[in-house]
Amino acid sequence: MIRAGSWLALLVLVAAPLVIVLGMGLGTSAPGVPPVIPPIGARGWQGSFEAWGLMVADTYYLDAALRSLRLAAITASLCLVLGFGMALGIAGAAPRWQAPLLALVLLPFWSGFVLRLAAWVGLLRDGGWINGMLIRAGLITEPLQLLHSEGAMLLGMVHGYLPFAVLPLTATLVRRDPRLEEAAADLGAGRWTVLRTITLPLAAPAAAAAFLLVFIPAAGEVVIPEVLGAPDSVLIGRAIWGEFFQTRDWPAAAALSTALLALLLLPIALFQRLATLK
Amino acid sequence: MEGVTKRFGAALAVDGLSLEIAEGEFFALLGGSGSGKSTLLRIIAGFERPDAGRVILQGRDVTALPPPQRPVAMMFQSYALFPHMNVTDNIAYGLRRAGDRNPDARVAELMELLGLGGLEARRPHQLSGGQQQRVALARALARRPPLVLLDEPLAALDSGLRESTGLELRALQRRLGASFVMVTHDQSEALSLADRVAVLHQGRIAQVAPPRELYERPATREVARFLGAANILEAEGRAHALRPERIRVVAAGQGMAAVVTELAFRGGDALMLVRTQAGQVLRVILPAGAALPEPGAAVGLAWDDAALTPLSA
Repeated sequence: MIRAGSWLALLVLVAAPLVIVLGMGLGTSAPGVPPVIPPIGARGWQGSFEAWGLMVADTYYLDAALRSLRLAAITASLCLVLGFGMALGIAGAAPRWQAPLLALVLLPFWSGFVLRLAAWVGLLRDGGWINGMLIRAGLITEPLQLLHSEGAMLLGMVHGYLPFAVLPLTATLVRRDPRLEEAAADLGAGRWTVLRTITLPLAAPAAAAAFLLVFIPAAGEVVIPEVLGAPDSVLIGRAIWGEFFQTRDWPAAAALSTALLALLLLPIALFQRLATLK
Repeated sequence: MEGVTKRFGAALAVDGLSLEIAEGEFFALLGGSGSGKSTLLRIIAGFERPDAGRVILQGRDVTALPPPQRPVAMMFQSYALFPHMNVTDNIAYGLRRAGDRNPDARVAELMELLGLGGLEARRPHQLSGGQQQRVALARALARRPPLVLLDEPLAALDSGLRESTGLELRALQRRLGASFVMVTHDQSEALSLADRVAVLHQGRIAQVAPPRELYERPATREVARFLGAANILEAEGRAHALRPERIRVVAAGQGMAAVVTELAFRGGDALMLVRTQAGQVLRVILPAGAALPEPGAAVGLAWDDAALTPLSA
């Protein structure tokens, strides 16, 4: 029963939407509700690969995708480094402090996502708190362009996704065998050598999971770049959003979504492969 | 060790303990759980800092030195082999940390010494318990430490392997000439392998002596109780230890009257529990071939005065 239920859930929640998006990408755009003609109708095949051709012909989409992947990689790397330090700290704390510290990591989730972004805007904008402080301190005379920059966007992304990296790393580091690190120290390894030769290699699968948990949603992120990012550097999530809601070209949006999904399957497959090798 | 004390919160794990271990000696720390024996080993290795007292190694005060800087090597009860490294890399770990860029020759030597040939590329999880134990030992011995610490080295092995591995361990220690300090809760292990044994009780040393002396002349009740469950007889306000195999069964009406409550034939000998008229239960070990009384039978017990060992506390 449970088995059948999970298959049904996978079918309804994963397979069916995928088929619909895939089909939409092969359809043709037309006015109406929805604004798309399905690729298979009463007279058989009526679809086109126009949307896919458009994607290849115009480097706008490819540029957006590459920019997204680069920013997602930077975000995931920053989250991994920061998250590893935090996870080590939590795992090293006394057991009665571990749960409260983990709750602190998750605390931002208790406030609304948009609210947190609004707080960043308030801090970073020209008349915002940071510029105000700097001007009052006499360090600058004109406000710095903080908001709507790549830096602001990365700040927001790292802030938003950091818990996704901290959680798997903490779960692994809490369960690690302290005897292994003691044995390494006993054999002459200093603190950094223990970290490099024992702690890090043993946490590698969790680190890969943490990286992917941040990288995958970050690659398609729409709202954070929209609110904090520079307006001229379009990301793939924003491009898909634009096709759906602004130009109402659903086949193009669906084709882009499918392509992004395929692109993101690559690192997942690689991770699976590495995990089974271990 | 001089006056070493270690507290965990309110609990006193090691209480003002002093101990000297000679060069080339096989020394056993024997005690039950909570006796402080493992804490003592961890203090020697440097994993725990004593609250008071000093640890002196080859004339040098090492109390403040962290584990990597101490010339001791520990073999953990769980072996603590690095799961992501093969046998060779596990054994070479300490050599590499000491700056040895080409440890192959020493690793090969150790593999040969411990009979691990052919297992070079295996990961720890691909080894049997006995093989893991040998790899852990090889890893600890790699840098030729003058002092090797063994935390329950035989506890994780099958009972069939324990005896032979213990004897190999002692032969190895004799050959290398290093000092071995072994922690164990198994009295027969301690008595059969060590040159000297310290019996620990509640963070203090109850007695330090060579095995034979310890066995024949236990100093306190705890030592007597721990070493083969000796009987303790109270008479005129003094306590004496009486070993179960020194008691003879004589005809009822002679000696001390008692009733047999339990009888267990154990192959090489038989264990008998008897209840005296005073209500005390005594353990009696009868040699093989002796006539065994029925449970419930009334018997007489006798022993030589020389078999009684006075206890100090």
